[in-house]
Amino acid sequence: MREAHQQELLIEGAGCASCVGKIEAALKAVDGVERAEMNFAQRTVSVDGNASMDLLMAAVEKAGYNAKPMNAKNEEGVLDEKERADHAYYKRLIRETAIALTLGIPLMVYSLFAGEMTITTQTEQGVWLVIGVVTGVVLYISGKHFFVGAWNSFRNHSANMDTLIALGTGTAWVYSMVVVLLPWAVPELARHVYFEATAMIIGLIDLGLALELKARGRTSLAIKRLIGLQAQTASVIRDGVEVDIAIDQVLAEDIVRVRPGERIPVDGLITEGHTSIDESMLTGEPMPVEKQLDDEVVAGTINQTGSIMFRATRVGKDTALAQIINMVKRAQNSKPPIGRLADVISSYFVPVVMIIAVVSALVWLNFGPHPAVALAIVSATTVLIIACPCALGLATPMSVMVGVGKAAEAGVLIRNGEALQTASKITAMILDKTGTITAGRPKVTDIVPSGQFQEAEILRLAASLEMGSEHPLALSIVESAQELNLNLEKAEEFNAITGHGVEAVVGGKQLLFGNAKLMRDRKIELHNYQDQAQLFAAEAKTPMYFAVDGEFAGLIAVADPIKEDAIEAIKRLQHSGIRVVMLTGDNANTAKAVAEKVGITEVFAEVLPDQKAEKVAALQAEGEVVGMTGDGINDAPALALANVGFAIGTGTDVAIESADITLMRGSLHGLADAIAVSKATLRNIKQNLFGAFIYNAAGIPFAAGVLYPFFGLLLSPVIAGAAMAFSSLTVVTNANRLRLFKAENH
Amino acid sequence: MFIINLLGIALIGFIVWWFWLYRSKDAVAVTENLSIRVENGVYQPTRIEIQANQASTLHFLRVDETPCAGQVIFPDLEISEDLPLNKVFSVELPALAPGEYDFHCQMQMYRGVVIAK
Repeated sequence: MREAHQQELLIEGAGCASCVGKIEAALKAVDGVERAEMNFAQRTVSVDGNASMDLLMAAVEKAGYNAKPMNAKNEEGVLDEKERADHAYYKRLIRETAIALTLGIPLMVYSLFAGEMTITTQTEQGVWLVIGVVTGVVLYISGKHFFVGAWNSFRNHSANMDTLIALGTGTAWVYSMVVVLLPWAVPELARHVYFEATAMIIGLIDLGLALELKARGRTSLAIKRLIGLQAQTASVIRDGVEVDIAIDQVLAEDIVRVRPGERIPVDGLITEGHTSIDESMLTGEPMPVEKQLDDEVVAGTINQTGSIMFRATRVGKDTALAQIINMVKRAQNSKPPIGRLADVISSYFVPVVMIIAVVSALVWLNFGPHPAVALAIVSATTVLIIACPCALGLATPMSVMVGVGKAAEAGVLIRNGEALQTASKITAMILDKTGTITAGRPKVTDIVPSGQFQEAEILRLAASLEMGSEHPLALSIVESAQELNLNLEKAEEFNAITGHGVEAVVGGKQLLFGNAKLMRDRKIELHNYQDQAQLFAAEAKTPMYFAVDGEFAGLIAVADPIKEDAIEAIKRLQHSGIRVVMLTGDNANTAKAVAEKVGITEVFAEVLPDQKAEKVAALQAEGEVVGMTGDGINDAPALALANVGFAIGTGTDVAIESADITLMRGSLHGLADAIAVSKATLRNIKQNLFGAFIYNAAGIPFAAGVLYPFFGLLLSPVIAGAAMAFSSLTVVTNANRLRLFKAENH
Repeated sequence: MFIINLLGIALIGFIVWWFWLYRSKDAVAVTENLSIRVENGVYQPTRIEIQANQASTLHFLRVDETPCAGQVIFPDLEISEDLPLNKVFSVELPALAPGEYDFHCQMQMYRGVVIAK
């Protein structure tokens, strides 16, 4: 049966204080409800009992209101709750540490300075009996959770860190009590007690856990910042009246008002007003973006100058911000392949350590010097205590958590651990020209008529023809015609010839518009205009040929400005040893000119959309680990085939699910940042894994006493306890160093 | 010494059998009223049976303060969720092909398995 627990509901439609009694009564009437209390100010009800959420919601609805479950819906609330729970646990661990060390430290000082902790007289037996009982009580107070955890795991045929600590400290305490209570059962030289070790180990491990808890909190700062971007309330117009409601009550199609300085609560389209919006928290783009009627606004960004009204299009978990948070959280908990070996080892680790402890004890008993029993107990205990599965288990996830969060802060969304790892190994990067290297907003720069038509007429006809096309070059022609207020006509029999151009009938004229190959295919004489076209191409402009009724009519050149920071960002990629290749459907001369301007020497030009993936495969066949950067929509097959696909977003219009890594802003620096953060994270993971492997691989044999035959050295269980406690803390602290990672200044 | 050695070897045999060779066949079928308790180092029940090829919901109730217990991860399904303390949290699973799907905490100290049948 489901157990009694607390659930919270959000109540809609409760307009007066008298509703409180009605709702509480309705809920209390449900079978299994022990307590129902409503907070009228917040419109929430807290219910204790074992009734299901569906029954509770049905009861509220029957009473005439609407109810929504609130459990874990509000991310910020969950985080606050988590922080409170962690803080309470931290305080408990510190209290338990203090209790254990209050006993352990004096005992250890005594053992170091006052002499052997052995039993030779009855007085000593009596004193140690009292200390043994006190240690048992301390073990219960400060170490009960280890023993309960170990027992529960054991019953489930699994073993974990609790198992090792409980076995290690339990063995030391039980052996010591045997020495105290039944000294005759133990050889005289082995009548040594280890109460100081028991108390110290428990104290140190509790202290290590407490410090690790604090350090862990810092690894999730990035996701906390993202969650903190969510507005808590929204001003919504309902029935002509503006009301402030909780964010999770906003519905799609609601009209929302946002004043200057306020945060956009949900995604939507502006219906009234204009403003500038700071989107830097999502895109990393520092300049505010101007927004007017019908422009999209995105939850989490800040309205700066004007008051606007907008229609909500995406609410709750569908907003771009919610999806980003979800993606970052998912990626933070995914494992890159490098962590899989550690996972496999972790799953066998504890039983293997237990076996090593038994073997070690047997070896000491069979071959050890006197007192062999005591030495066997010390070595077995030390092996159990020093082994640290946590360091192995934490090594990868902690670094991924910080690395993915750090990337998100820079506007780089990494889909999963595998993408993170592969990005660090990229040797070749293919950049799509339009929209990636260039702004993706081409403009008409030159029109060269052949004499048959005037410039304006050529532009008017070409724009009429291109009205039906979605190609960026087509849009530039239409925009230029609209700027000159030219009357565009409807195109008929429109036909897009993929990768080459378009044709249609406008005003009874058969129009053809595209590249030289298209003209050659249609046997259109270009005279010497190809020379002029080459001159345009050499200036990084894209020349296009225009023909009317089978006769060449003119040349239109379009130029797409190169992004301001593309040259510097490409240099960053090249300096990090990456072979940068440009890919474009544009003609070879224009492509070469653009490539020269940005410092790229390898170019794939005149590539048809369906050939992009082939170019990726060609580089992979050369042994390269290929990254492909495109807009995430037109390049889908190439992005999917590449080892890592990068979708470069413009503003917040991102295809989050379409690529391995999504760059929220248009700058290519995001690409260099993504690779830099991936490399830093992988380096950090390797340091952690190396540390955890070496620690265990060296520590366990040392604890078992391999150095004893040569140097007479046998590790103290107390030192082992300290080493174990701080090994996982070291891993978390090293992962936290990644927070200091800064992408190069740009 | 012979008996001690024999006992030691028997103990090693027991460890191998108990932790690696033993295969539990008991699995608890998921229902609306079933809560998977996260407490004292384990998920209880540990083996959960669901219907294959249809979406299902698992309800987790975490009463364990340990930070490790605060997260449940289904690595094969790319699902990871933060579990609030002392509150039921529902994890939606997509329709799964027949098979076993592990779930665990971040450090893999807490382990469970969903069996789609």
